[in-house]
Amino acid sequence: MSQFTPEQSAAIRAEFPQLSETVSGHPLVYLDTAATSLRPRIAVDLESEFALRHTAAVNRGAHSLAGEATEAHDDARASIAAFVGARPNQLVFTSNATESINLIALAVQLASAVGAPARFSLATGDEIVVSEAEHHANLIPWQEVARQTGAVIRVAPITDGGELTAEAVKSVMSDRTRIVAFSAVSNVLGISNPVRAISDLGRAAGAIVVVDACQSAAHGRLDVESYGADFVVFSAHKMYGPTGIGALWGTTKILAEMPVVLTGGAMITRVDYDSSDYLPAPAKFEPGTPRLTQAIGWAESLRYVESTGVDAIAAHEEALGADLFAGVADIPNVRILGTADAVHRVGLVSFAVDGVHPHDVGQYLDSRGIAARVGHHCAQPLHKRLGVDSSTRFSLGMYSTSDDVALALAALADVRTFFGEG
Amino acid sequence: MELDDLYQQIILDHNKKRAGYGLHPGGFPSHQYNPTCGDELTLTVRLSEDGATISAFEWEGKGCSISQASASLMTSEATGMSVIEFESFANGFRDAMRSRGTIALSEDEYGDLAALSGVSKFVARVKCAMLAWVAAEDSLILTRESLN
Repeated sequence: MSQFTPEQSAAIRAEFPQLSETVSGHPLVYLDTAATSLRPRIAVDLESEFALRHTAAVNRGAHSLAGEATEAHDDARASIAAFVGARPNQLVFTSNATESINLIALAVQLASAVGAPARFSLATGDEIVVSEAEHHANLIPWQEVARQTGAVIRVAPITDGGELTAEAVKSVMSDRTRIVAFSAVSNVLGISNPVRAISDLGRAAGAIVVVDACQSAAHGRLDVESYGADFVVFSAHKMYGPTGIGALWGTTKILAEMPVVLTGGAMITRVDYDSSDYLPAPAKFEPGTPRLTQAIGWAESLRYVESTGVDAIAAHEEALGADLFAGVADIPNVRILGTADAVHRVGLVSFAVDGVHPHDVGQYLDSRGIAARVGHHCAQPLHKRLGVDSSTRFSLGMYSTSDDVALALAALADVRTFFGEG
Repeated sequence: MELDDLYQQIILDHNKKRAGYGLHPGGFPSHQYNPTCGDELTLTVRLSEDGATISAFEWEGKGCSISQASASLMTSEATGMSVIEFESFANGFRDAMRSRGTIALSEDEYGDLAALSGVSKFVARVKCAMLAWVAAEDSLILTRESLN
């Protein structure tokens, strides 16, 4: 059940104007936060106010506005870094988590082509470990690395219940393991993986450890250092922030070692016609004019999350998520992906409805005002592994309520009847 | 937008009936894939000996009720058409699907396919309805190229 009082929930929901919209004549029940979270008014207001009154070039120019913009951009980085337990210069702004992973993968490809730096340089027969549950964004960039370098992808198996263990990761590691990439929480299963234990295995083997934290980032306290990884990536738009911005967090050491990928202005110290010197991280990975208003908006969104209470939100989503999971499990002829016995899950459940395609499920739910994700959720191999082509997913956010859950379950219970299956 | 506009009984029936389901070897199958949902469909158009008339549609695939019903209804309504007739029939169908609810398929011309008219109001579902048609057009092109 909801951990927020009705008054608290009402106050939170008032901050998200989209929740007062109607869909198909019904009040919106937004259960797609795992894809993109809604935006709090306070952050969007600040973002637009900033754009209207303080737009200027960051990191260049001596006029007052430019100085203010630069300061605001730096402050935003510091505040986002603090939210995830990082130091500001460990936090590289990117377009989204997908781009963050691609930056690492491209750095590996560039290093491999010239054989240096050693940590990033892969050769034929080296191994990249991923899990069976990865999002395409944490799989395809590594396939490209493998194609370019002759390295091989090793896939750590999950259990039939969707759980990933450190032992399973260990079982596919060898003395050729150079990269270990996995998600903190699967976007399909909602199960939290033993991140620290897996990271420790990877680091002990001298591999570069990459954690996709998209689904864990705003649903509890994210402390990037506690993951024990080299890199952690996440996206603002799953943290109540804007689209168009995300982050690549790296340890100070690995960011110093990592070769630059994109180059240009704002990332340099000395430039001559034949060569240049680069600034340290994060600047060396951020050529060109940065994402100013996005950074401001993201930081403000996280201030709002912080003021609402990160632990309170986590407790709320976990309790409501348990109701949602149990409710879906109770509906006949609906199969949940992932075990009910997982030690810890976020407020997310994916399922297949017997005899009804997820697109049809989603369309029916939409007619009742319920926004759910349908399809393969950018995880085709995982769906194949679990024996389904695609699924429907409900996911919760801080603004979700017991009413949302009840309405979604009632609508889901009617799906098969509508399509003549029940 | 009413859900019943989209899911008329004819569509729900054809989703189960799936006329033309089952591929046989030979011919020029076209495989179509919808990346947003992972739906896929393979369809072969069979022509009469003189190559002028569609003698059969054969298809297999997996997908939502709209994509399955559209393939089944196309099979029911367009088998026996001349290739030239079918091309204009398919163009008319596409125009209606892309019309955002402004063009309804006439029952006189399209028979039970008119039940798919409502799809055009649901932009995200137009690709589902078109999957079999794109495959049919593609299979026809492959067939024609083989005759050249």
